[in-house]
Amino acid sequence: MRRLVGVVAWFSAILFFAPVAWMVLTSLHSEPDAATNPPSLGAGLTLQGYEEFFGASTGQSPWPPLINSFSASIGSTIIVLLLAIPAAYALSIKKVEKWTDVMFFFLSTKMLPVVAGLLPIYLVAQFTGMLDNISFLVILYTSMNLPIAVWLMRSFLAEVPPEILEAASIDGAGLITTLRRVVAPIAMPGIAATALICFIFSWNELLFARVLTGVVAGTAPVFLTGFVTSQGLFLAKVCAAATVVSLPVLIAGFAAQDKLVQGLSLGAVK
Amino acid sequence: MSLDTAPPPARQQRRATPPAPKGPSAAARWARRAPLLPALIFTIIVTQLPFVATLIISVLRWNSLDPDNRGFAGFDNYAAVFTDANLRSSIVTTVILTVVVVVVCLVLGLGLALLLDQKFRGRGLVRTMLIAPFLVVPVAAALLWKHALYNPEYGLFNGAITWLWSLFGADRPPQPEWISDMPLVAVEAALVWQWTPFMMLILLAGLQSRPMDVVEAARIDGATPWQIFRYLTFPHLRQYLELGGLLGSIYIVQNFDAVFTITSGGLGTANLPYTIYQTFYQAHDYGQASAAGVVVVIGSLIIANFALRVVSSLLKDEVK
Repeated sequence: MRRLVGVVAWFSAILFFAPVAWMVLTSLHSEPDAATNPPSLGAGLTLQGYEEFFGASTGQSPWPPLINSFSASIGSTIIVLLLAIPAAYALSIKKVEKWTDVMFFFLSTKMLPVVAGLLPIYLVAQFTGMLDNISFLVILYTSMNLPIAVWLMRSFLAEVPPEILEAASIDGAGLITTLRRVVAPIAMPGIAATALICFIFSWNELLFARVLTGVVAGTAPVFLTGFVTSQGLFLAKVCAAATVVSLPVLIAGFAAQDKLVQGLSLGAVK
Repeated sequence: MSLDTAPPPARQQRRATPPAPKGPSAAARWARRAPLLPALIFTIIVTQLPFVATLIISVLRWNSLDPDNRGFAGFDNYAAVFTDANLRSSIVTTVILTVVVVVVCLVLGLGLALLLDQKFRGRGLVRTMLIAPFLVVPVAAALLWKHALYNPEYGLFNGAITWLWSLFGADRPPQPEWISDMPLVAVEAALVWQWTPFMMLILLAGLQSRPMDVVEAARIDGATPWQIFRYLTFPHLRQYLELGGLLGSIYIVQNFDAVFTITSGGLGTANLPYTIYQTFYQAHDYGQASAAGVVVVIGSLIIANFALRVVSSLLKDEVK
């Protein structure tokens, strides 16, 4: 029985992982080897696909979109944390009245479909001259991730034992000292996980970026949409592109693996 | 959201905070609220005002290609939403897409979670491999499926069929045109691949939070594995299944990336987010796009109403 479980589990894992492995393997093949039928698994490896992706023959560099994605994701993540940590403090340690109502307000904003607010947001960007501007994306990504971060940070801060806080206040520690010396060390892993999850969501976002940015502020997913229609032999290049753009998320995701489910369920599941 | 000063109901008082002294001064209350306000005000401005604007634009006659002909349209845009064949079919597509993907993901995710809950060699690695699909950027995943897997000439699926056929010495293997033969299934399969790990993670967390002493006692009393699953595990998992289903619905209803990338909304796969995007981005019909947006919001609110109830039951468990 135990043996069977292992076999079935490994078989499913290989099945689910195969497309990812195929993506990486194909990215390391030359274009003629990448597009064969049946597939050439054992073909020689080369970095041509990556050279092509980084603009060897077309001269179109993916660096500006990648840098835009990093700026938008990191910028919005920092602002999210700056807003979410004090808010979570007021919802867990020193609770405001009706804190559950506030929590559900934050959550309900996540349930409204983004696409329904897209037009007014576009019009505001147009009116204020913020179209094709990375700062505007930063604001939107902040609002997109703030509810998640508030829920997550609250569930992490709720784990700070109240006895420690009482002890600190009896010992005469002020608010700042308590936050720095008592709360922060306990909440640090939670803050890191929250940051990684916010980073992933911002990095993946396509709809806003597609509508609101152009040549200047286009992000990596927008750059990828350039590969939607196929032209010529380009499979290795597409796979290289998909691998490079996914790499930061794969790294962040595996780093936050244990907290991933808590983040995706808005802290509802531990 | 009113922040008035009614005393919190008893169940909300949790360990720690000593019962608030009767009638704290206004200054003290505002000091408590202060850390919350920046986040709250920011969220209200950026997420709520656009919906108010959408609601207003939805009753206007406004096409940016015809700027002089702007005015009040009453419910014309809504009538158009419900009579326009494209929009109507996109409502149906959205429902089918969401239901199929969520149900299949839940079933597969449950199976995988039950497997991962057992002990076997290399469990950690299996878990990591199973999470990987969820960590591929959605657009990249859609490109991968479209070009590297579905392509009828050199995609992995048809390649594998050719290989299998030649293994048995048969020629002329079938080479289906996956995307044009079954466009909606093609989109669904790619989404199922990405979202099954999500369901698996939620259900696995649920499985691992089972009270094991009860399961152990049942086993000692001679309960069969099926009885344990049917009467202990499944009832415990129910709220996690609901949570996974509802969060999954919220994310899948909004899906844009896969539809945009794999079929570009063609062949009857355009869902509401894609159709709204097109109405506003290509047809420039602002009024009608907003009316469709309001319809999506209403649909989402219905799902959200259930979702909030499920999440609130989980939060209450913690508050207890």
